[in-house]
Amino acid sequence: MCAHKSNVMNSKSFSDAILVSQYIKGDEPSLSVLIKRHQQRLYSFIYSKVYDRDVTEDVFQDTFIKVIRTLKRGNYNEEGKFLPWVMRIAHNLVIDHFRKNNRMPKFNNSGDFDIFSVLSDGALNAEGELVKSQIVQDIRDLVEELPEEQKTVLVMRMYNDMSFKEISENTGVSINTALGRMRYALINLRKLIETHNIILTN
Amino acid sequence: MAKIYSEKPSNSHTFKPKTETINFLLNYSKALKVSVYKGLKFESVIN
Repeated sequence: MCAHKSNVMNSKSFSDAILVSQYIKGDEPSLSVLIKRHQQRLYSFIYSKVYDRDVTEDVFQDTFIKVIRTLKRGNYNEEGKFLPWVMRIAHNLVIDHFRKNNRMPKFNNSGDFDIFSVLSDGALNAEGELVKSQIVQDIRDLVEELPEEQKTVLVMRMYNDMSFKEISENTGVSINTALGRMRYALINLRKLIETHNIILTN
Repeated sequence: MAKIYSEKPSNSHTFKPKTETINFLLNYSKALKVSVYKGLKFESVIN
């Protein structure tokens, strides 16, 4: 009993790195010391971003769940930076929280107002999907009619998401040349759309 | 009017998580086991 108490007392003076190392080796009390050491700093940090006690509590908990899982999976590289690492996890979770809130804003569904009149899932209906696939096909057909050099740059840029630097390295021309070909590709596409009298909007 | 010098500030915000949260985390850690099988890591929460 006395030995255990003195161990606990001693561990409070250990560095974060040593505590983490002990915890990874299976010493659960080391986690308790780490959490208690940093809880106020971390909690205050989260609260200063979200200004909501419940959210802060959730983010704090989720942060340490990630910490625990990463340490137990052996995926942590000790470089003397335990607290900054934990703060970074918390910071990213705060960002996730704000992103989720933007996608699903909180509404008070009281009385006659029907929330589904303003919320939709943004997906196209069947007709919309048909029109969209027709447009996609039309564009592909038009791209085929472009001069080879312009078609290559456009396909790399629009369909393969390549940067102009990557395109220039791939095709062996300067970035300016690639940019010029892209510009002409778009000008010529517009001309082709007019020539073929195609409507490309829904 | 005399000022009130309380020993404790009247609005003391303790920026600490709840004890339940800490206990949950410690229990979760004790229950979480990671095992490796054929190069894959599996997590399990043991009662």
